[in-house]
Amino acid sequence: MGSGERKPFENPAIEWVDSRLPIFTLINKEYGVFPTPKNFNYFWNFGAIATVMLVLMILTGITLAMHYTPHADYAFESVERIMRDVNFGWLIRYMHANGASFFFIAVYIHIFRGLYYGSYKQPRELLWILGVVILLLMMATAFMGYVLPWGQMSFWGATVITNLFSAIPLVGDDIVTLLWGGFSVDNPTLNRFFALHYLLPFVLVGVVGLHVWALHVTGSNNPLGIDTKGPQDTLPFHPYYTMKDTFGILVFLIIYVAFTFFMPNSLGHPDNYIPADPLVTPAHIVPEWYFLPFYAILRAITFDVGIPFTDIVFVEAKLGGVLAMFGAIALLVALPFLDKHPARSARFRPWFKIAVLVLVLDFFILMVCGGKPAEGLWVPLAQVATLYYYAFFLVLIPLFNKFEPRLDLPPSIHEAVLSCCSKKKQCCSHPTEAA
Amino acid sequence: MKYFLLLLSVFVITHGAPALAAGDAEPPPEMHWSFSGPFGTYDRAALQRGFQVYKQVCAACHSMDLKSYRNLAALGYNEDEIKAIAAEYTVEDGPNDEGEMFERPARPSDRFKNPYPNDAAAKYANNGAMPPDLSLITKARHNGANYVHGILTGYEEAPADTELMSGQYYNRYMAGHVIAMAPPLSDGVVGYEDGTDGTVEQYAKDVTQFLVWAAEPEMEERKRTGIKVILFLLVFTGIMYAVKRKIWADAH
Repeated sequence: MGSGERKPFENPAIEWVDSRLPIFTLINKEYGVFPTPKNFNYFWNFGAIATVMLVLMILTGITLAMHYTPHADYAFESVERIMRDVNFGWLIRYMHANGASFFFIAVYIHIFRGLYYGSYKQPRELLWILGVVILLLMMATAFMGYVLPWGQMSFWGATVITNLFSAIPLVGDDIVTLLWGGFSVDNPTLNRFFALHYLLPFVLVGVVGLHVWALHVTGSNNPLGIDTKGPQDTLPFHPYYTMKDTFGILVFLIIYVAFTFFMPNSLGHPDNYIPADPLVTPAHIVPEWYFLPFYAILRAITFDVGIPFTDIVFVEAKLGGVLAMFGAIALLVALPFLDKHPARSARFRPWFKIAVLVLVLDFFILMVCGGKPAEGLWVPLAQVATLYYYAFFLVLIPLFNKFEPRLDLPPSIHEAVLSCCSKKKQCCSHPTEAA
Repeated sequence: MKYFLLLLSVFVITHGAPALAAGDAEPPPEMHWSFSGPFGTYDRAALQRGFQVYKQVCAACHSMDLKSYRNLAALGYNEDEIKAIAAEYTVEDGPNDEGEMFERPARPSDRFKNPYPNDAAAKYANNGAMPPDLSLITKARHNGANYVHGILTGYEEAPADTELMSGQYYNRYMAGHVIAMAPPLSDGVVGYEDGTDGTVEQYAKDVTQFLVWAAEPEMEERKRTGIKVILFLLVFTGIMYAVKRKIWADAH
């Protein structure tokens, strides 16, 4: 950053700073003239939207922390104090609680976009993996944040999820004791969760920085999944994408705000308005909606894995569930190395396109299963859905590598955009026919 | 955008489903409440009547630890009325200069007086069942307002095949139909001063509204603010869309 030529700024104050610390040059290079493919669709808004949500979560979160008491005896009441007696406390808390949901909505759509258009592929593997790290950090942060109000779902959710680690052989029980800071979920658990819930978002900011850095090395992917070939394929980030992102962010905020003001508790669980009681277990312990698909995978493993017709068990059901759940995320890390197909975008991959859309449906099915009691038909349904999730990565993707045809790629973004504009209504839905 | 809205609607539908999983009981009837919808407000007269029902009936067993007498200003009571309401109760305070605890009339800044000195006493007085605190009851139950109204009006003779122990009652809308609370309301049990009919149905509606207010005292301000925020965002988004169109006009 310090080396290389630097164009002087006309404004003397800016020039004075920039010649000593070229921060304005950096901003101009990365967000001003940064060459960006000209054919983005609105799916490309969600990175910016997620960033806005992260900032919003940190700002509201810091404000809440000023009024919150992280103690098992006072936490619930301090949250209600925020809701009732702190000026606009209800607004800050509802923004934070619903903000978590909408942060996940933005990130899940962002991940879908990466999957569908092959943004994980060479040369963006590390960029994608950093994204998975962001997802994991978000999950840890959201889970610990949900514990803080110390309602019934906070307490019992924490009990169920921390107990999962006891399935790990040899060290499992020690890990659980460490997480709890004792021998059950109690005040020490709440204290360390609060400390970590405050810390992790800043780690998240750091990883987001790396994610953006990596993005600005490779440049953005685009709906065609082909590389940019020159200035005719790109537009400067500002004002084109700053403006398009602004519009997209505002549309997203309208929906978020509608939830925050008019149905602020619709994404939460009523049981969390009952103070935590270690002696009363809720009828159905369910995590927040954004964890339900993974919760369904966890509970789908209802059987021990071993040698059939003997008592030999390699992996008990509980450990199997934990492995399946974390494996579901680990598969995302492996994806760039599993998928060897030459085309990036699903537009030019007829089989992959169907498979990935079915994966989205599968994700919603798992979400519904995760919210239902683990009984009746919900169990086999969750098992089939889990099977498809795994098969997508471990069976279909390798098969596609070998057998899936690739439709003809357009020669360049520029030509694809031009040809579709000349064909008016058919715009971009089948750019291959034009090429 | 189309895709996004589609995804969102799928999400809302799929998310709505698990919410119904919790109870096995009959869903309570859907009532028309003045506070539902984006423009909903509380009916002050109903809130005052509801408070009267709470005070004379519910408060015999149920605490409302998160409410203070000063909060009653939102129901339309003036300062003197609130002082008078608070002064009907005696609370323990102290220690004084001599280190003694003493009793004094409650002040507006005091929390609603708990009918029991502690949870154990509450359980002991109620056959081992703890009467839940009512400060958040409508937020702590699925479909809270309709649920509370349903419970209050859902008492029936137990069917022949249901055996009730002493201290148990049959309620249509309770999960499992067995409830430890005796039917709290009966016609005429509270004398309304404004001439409103003293029926179980009316009491249930009024006290439910009062409990919704207790759980969400910020609701009116929240919705009012929300309307302004949405209107601002709609206009701002429209302008930004126009700017975006203009900037992009030469890009293709």
